[in-house]
Amino acid sequence: MSLEVKDERVRTVPLLGRLLSRPELGAIAGTVLIFLFFGITAGHSGLFSAKGIVNFLEVSAQLGILAAAVALLMIAGEFDLSIGSMIGFAGIIIAIPPIMWDWPVWASVLLAFASCAFVGYLNGLIVVHTGLPSFIVTLGSLFMLRGLTLGVTRGITGRTQASGLHEYSTGDWITPFFAGQVFKTPIRWLAELGVIGKRADGLPAISGIPVSIIWWIGLTLFFTWLLMRTRFGNWIFASGGEANAARNMGVPVARTKITLFVMTALAAALFATIQVLVTGSADTLRGNLKEFEAIIAVVIGGTLLTGGYGSAIGAMFGALIFGVVQMGIFYTGIDTDWFKLFMGAMMVVAVLFNSYVRARAMRSR
Amino acid sequence: MDTPLVELKSVSKYFGSVIALKDVSFDVRPGEVHCLLGDNGAGKSTLIKVLSGVHSPDEGEILVGGTHTRFNSPKDTLDKGIATVYQDLALVPLMSVARNFFLGREPLKKTWFLHQFDIEYANRTAYKELSDMGIQLRNPEQPVGTLSGGERQCLAIARAIHFGAKVLILDEPTSALGVHQASVVLKLIVQSKARGIGVIFISHNVHHAYVVGDRFTLLKRGKSAGTYQKNEISRDQLLNLMAGGKELVDLEQEIIKLSNGKR
Repeated sequence: MSLEVKDERVRTVPLLGRLLSRPELGAIAGTVLIFLFFGITAGHSGLFSAKGIVNFLEVSAQLGILAAAVALLMIAGEFDLSIGSMIGFAGIIIAIPPIMWDWPVWASVLLAFASCAFVGYLNGLIVVHTGLPSFIVTLGSLFMLRGLTLGVTRGITGRTQASGLHEYSTGDWITPFFAGQVFKTPIRWLAELGVIGKRADGLPAISGIPVSIIWWIGLTLFFTWLLMRTRFGNWIFASGGEANAARNMGVPVARTKITLFVMTALAAALFATIQVLVTGSADTLRGNLKEFEAIIAVVIGGTLLTGGYGSAIGAMFGALIFGVVQMGIFYTGIDTDWFKLFMGAMMVVAVLFNSYVRARAMRSR
Repeated sequence: MDTPLVELKSVSKYFGSVIALKDVSFDVRPGEVHCLLGDNGAGKSTLIKVLSGVHSPDEGEILVGGTHTRFNSPKDTLDKGIATVYQDLALVPLMSVARNFFLGREPLKKTWFLHQFDIEYANRTAYKELSDMGIQLRNPEQPVGTLSGGERQCLAIARAIHFGAKVLILDEPTSALGVHQASVVLKLIVQSKARGIGVIFISHNVHHAYVVGDRFTLLKRGKSAGTYQKNEISRDQLLNLMAGGKELVDLEQEIIKLSNGKR
């Protein structure tokens, strides 16, 4: 017995329609628009010179590292507002032990990662076991961590900053992995060929690609693979989409969410490590508002605030838009005060666009 | 006669002072559809929860394939081949049909040194399993949210069968569906029966139950009001046995009286 009937109501969906059902489409379209806009308004200002590109990519990379992890957490239906102050917290943990007690930098970096993982684990544990909204729980940790960092730092050093870390970090084997540059030789060749401009002293305009950009792209690819091609990825979507259904099907929702809180915290630690080793200093106020910037990048990237839908690639484009706009406004000479207005508006537009796309994707028949 | 796949013997369940179930016996055999009928509050939900391992009974015995057993958890029950399809269906609307089909039991493929989710296998299998049951998908990657209510129900049932369910417990599978959608689900129940699966069909819709059912057990206020073979009872008798039956007759009388009075 065959019930096979050709469904007369199936039609071939046009390419645009199929593209519209991908979460990252909005962010990619936005990126193209932003590049066009600054290509016209800031085309000759140096924004798209080698130096300018590295500048905005570096801004994007740092935010993008956070956004990649936050995207996964948000797809699982949770927020982590504490990452902003976790960056300050991790930075201080990295900087103080070498400066005050002569620790090797690799050890303090390790401690920072471990401490953040622990805080992330606590965040996750509290959210999962109390059933409180993660927004509230991590808002609490946002303030607690900032207060703890300030109090401890002032208690130990008498100040709220720690500087002069370069002295200790330059020789450490760990530094090149976070603050180094890569592709120095190809960059020199490109400069010889005239693709990349040279400075007055004859050296290439940039000496290499900051390693943070490699971290950013690497993490995005890894998280994309995790989401799309692993069992854990399926659990992430299910935990955010319909936690109860997931639980009924035997998905360990609690474990999935806690793991993602730890991963987000580790991303904050990575952000802090890069920032502290590049600048050579830590400040208790570092990372302020980064939790919201990461959410903006993720939302521009097509991830739903309610969870269950989104992508890490989208978050990457969200972070790219963020970097280009921030540096673009600087290069075009527009007052940088306008940056936040622009990003806020961009996010609202992105949310409207994304809810339209989702309604389209979910339209039944 | 075949040994029942699962059997409850004089099971009782109390919640504090409330007697949710009292001395209820129930079983299902391979290739049989046993309908559990009853009004709201008759104890159907409690009975399902006992059968699916959510509650353990306070008195009575559970037998699986003729041997005494205990259900330690819903997972344990599932491992024993008894799958419950709840009304919420345990589906995630934003995820694709294939991802839902394998939710919690994702197929893995070894590449290099990593185990990845074999999405191609998932798509192929979900598509094939559903089309074998007469559900033609446009695309296994379409979100479940785009399926109709009947299709979702069928997806949940097909999933349970694919993963080796010998007993299917269906909780009101047709209650929220239109006529056509309900008939699709009823067809699937008949197909499952043909595969030798024992189906426990919970409903308060006698019309749907009578079409596919082989035996009927009525629950009333936590007690069994009898089990009947299909040839022992007519649809109307069944309707009357249900709480609604007598009340409907009374209601009819009252309406007649009212309209007579008006004239």
